[in-house]
Amino acid sequence: MARPDLTTRFLGLDPKSPAGRLLGAAERAIIENPTVFTAGILLLLWLILSQLSPYFFTVSNLFEITVQAAVIALIAVGQTFVILSKGIDLSVGAILAASAVTSTMVMDAGYGLGAGVIAGIVVGAFFGAANGVAVGYLRIPPFVATLGMMGIARGYALIITEGIPIFRVADGFEILGQGRVWGVVPVPTIATLGLYAIGVFVLLRTRLGRYTVSIGSNEQATKVSGVNVPLYLILIYGLSGVTAGIAGLTEASRIGSGQPAGGVGYELDSIAAVVIGGTSLFGGQGSLIASWIGALIIATLRNGLNVLGVYAFWQLVAIGAILIAAVYIDNWRRLRRGGEQ
Amino acid sequence: MSAPPLIEMRNIYKSFGGTHAVEDVSVTVQGGEVLGVVGHNGAGKSTLIKILAGAYRMDSGEIYMQGEKVSIHNPRDARDLGIETLYQDLALADHLDAVANLFLGREIMTRWATLDGNAMEKATREVIARINPNFVNLREPVQRLSGGQRQSVAIGRALYFDTKVLIMDEPTAALGHRETAVFKELVIRLKSEGIGMVLISHDIHDVFDLSDRITVMTNGRQIGTHRTAEVTKDQVLSMIILGKQPGEETAEDIATLH
Ligand SMILES: Nc1ncnc2c1ncn2[C@@H]1O[C@H](COP(=O)(O)OP(=O)(O)OP(=O)(O)O)[C@@H](O)[C@H]1O
Ligand SMILES: [Mg+2]
Repeated sequence: MARPDLTTRFLGLDPKSPAGRLLGAAERAIIENPTVFTAGILLLLWLILSQLSPYFFTVSNLFEITVQAAVIALIAVGQTFVILSKGIDLSVGAILAASAVTSTMVMDAGYGLGAGVIAGIVVGAFFGAANGVAVGYLRIPPFVATLGMMGIARGYALIITEGIPIFRVADGFEILGQGRVWGVVPVPTIATLGLYAIGVFVLLRTRLGRYTVSIGSNEQATKVSGVNVPLYLILIYGLSGVTAGIAGLTEASRIGSGQPAGGVGYELDSIAAVVIGGTSLFGGQGSLIASWIGALIIATLRNGLNVLGVYAFWQLVAIGAILIAAVYIDNWRRLRRGGEQ
Repeated sequence: MSAPPLIEMRNIYKSFGGTHAVEDVSVTVQGGEVLGVVGHNGAGKSTLIKILAGAYRMDSGEIYMQGEKVSIHNPRDARDLGIETLYQDLALADHLDAVANLFLGREIMTRWATLDGNAMEKATREVIARINPNFVNLREPVQRLSGGQRQSVAIGRALYFDTKVLIMDEPTAALGHRETAVFKELVIRLKSEGIGMVLISHDIHDVFDLSDRITVMTNGRQIGTHRTAEVTKDQVLSMIILGKQPGEETAEDIATLH
């Protein structure tokens, strides 16, 4: 696996010198294992912020970051599947709101906790599967199909609530968003961990995961291999709807209400998390766990810059810059791997 | 009459918009036989075999397998009949490894309905060892493999699954000299196993080396089919370029071919 040390040569260093070797090793780590690289960035951020503020690197603040990252991280599970399949899901923020209001309305009507939770997930699955029908059977480009669904799901949330938030929820619903296990570990954090564990299992051990990657890598080859591609696209987008629905429940539980106008812009945050995690927008390549790390990086920047008292608008600038850097690294990675451009 | 042919395509038509890609073409393939299909660019060769592979649906025509009429509506139907295809562009998922590609669409599952990675890797090792013993990095994404290794994966599919008919569209186009020689040996071995093959190639020498019969197409039409032993390369070239039957060509025609 002898490849030229691009960075080293670019800087005019001798690849055999200590600095050259270090750079070469770093370069290989980035290429061979993007997840390790993304985790390294997160640790570096934490290290820097802990030097800048005594309030940052505490157990409670780090847990707080995982809670702040939870909703985007949950959405990013399905988004990662969609992006791996070379698609994009712009409707997840609106689906989140649709799920949140459906679930809280069911609870408001007195049907109880279980019915409320199931209703929220079913609504997410329904809108997601509809995306899959549009992309798989009607051959609508994912960008357009999910942009349309973004309007439909948002309209649905506003219509059924007449634009008014739902504040009455069932007893015990607050645990999902606000609970703590043993008084310390936040329930949303555990929920995120659980969903990622399931997601990794599906991605690596099931046909759905295998075909998600192969569709993103070469849809035509997948089709001629006898795979029912449209059916799997329904499952992939359906999964994204389900994880957006679960995120909707978590958000509604955290704030104690179903907001028909909630979740605006979350689609972009979830895409940012996936891309910062190193999953390629060109499909077929990426890591699910790294999307969680991506969501943590975004939450860390928001949290850390808050702790430092940095003007909030600068956070947008920082997150935007990281996103562009992540895509640049992806380009460079594919170039080095000798993959297709 | 002897046994019916392994595959018979009868009066096949297919057009795309106004383009008549395949017009009234009929071919047969016997078990253990290689049928060469030749013709210039856009003659309709790929379209013809894609119909057999289930990638395109014909407008009209009939397909028989061992004398029985079959309907092939999608790639899965073709595979279920034992028809495998080596596509011109090899049709591999670049980011997946050789094991995943070999089993794509037909994964071995554990009894828990999960992918059985170990069983698939073991099977892939066995089948690849028969084709290309030097190819051992089966866990590398196939985009990092050589043309010959990629082709080994595609052929591996044909060998592993119970294949009766193997369709090969430009199988040597991406290969080097040595790899082409290995490929030719492999075709001869598959013939001896009774597999019927359809070979599309622009390389007239490959076609003469490997096929038992040759059919020539131009602009979607079939000029004719001949036993390889009964025609010369010049005659076949003349059929491709001038659309003339063997014996019709003049010395002058032959001269223009060279
Ligand atoms: N999917 C398609 N849509 C529209 N037209 C097509 C399609 N596939 C093939 N054609 C047309 O049908 C004709 C036959 O194409 P085909 O690919 O079968 O030729 P070929 O003999 O395989 O050529 P080559 O030697 O270049 O591979 C061409 O005119 C081509 O443009
Ligand atoms: Mg062709």
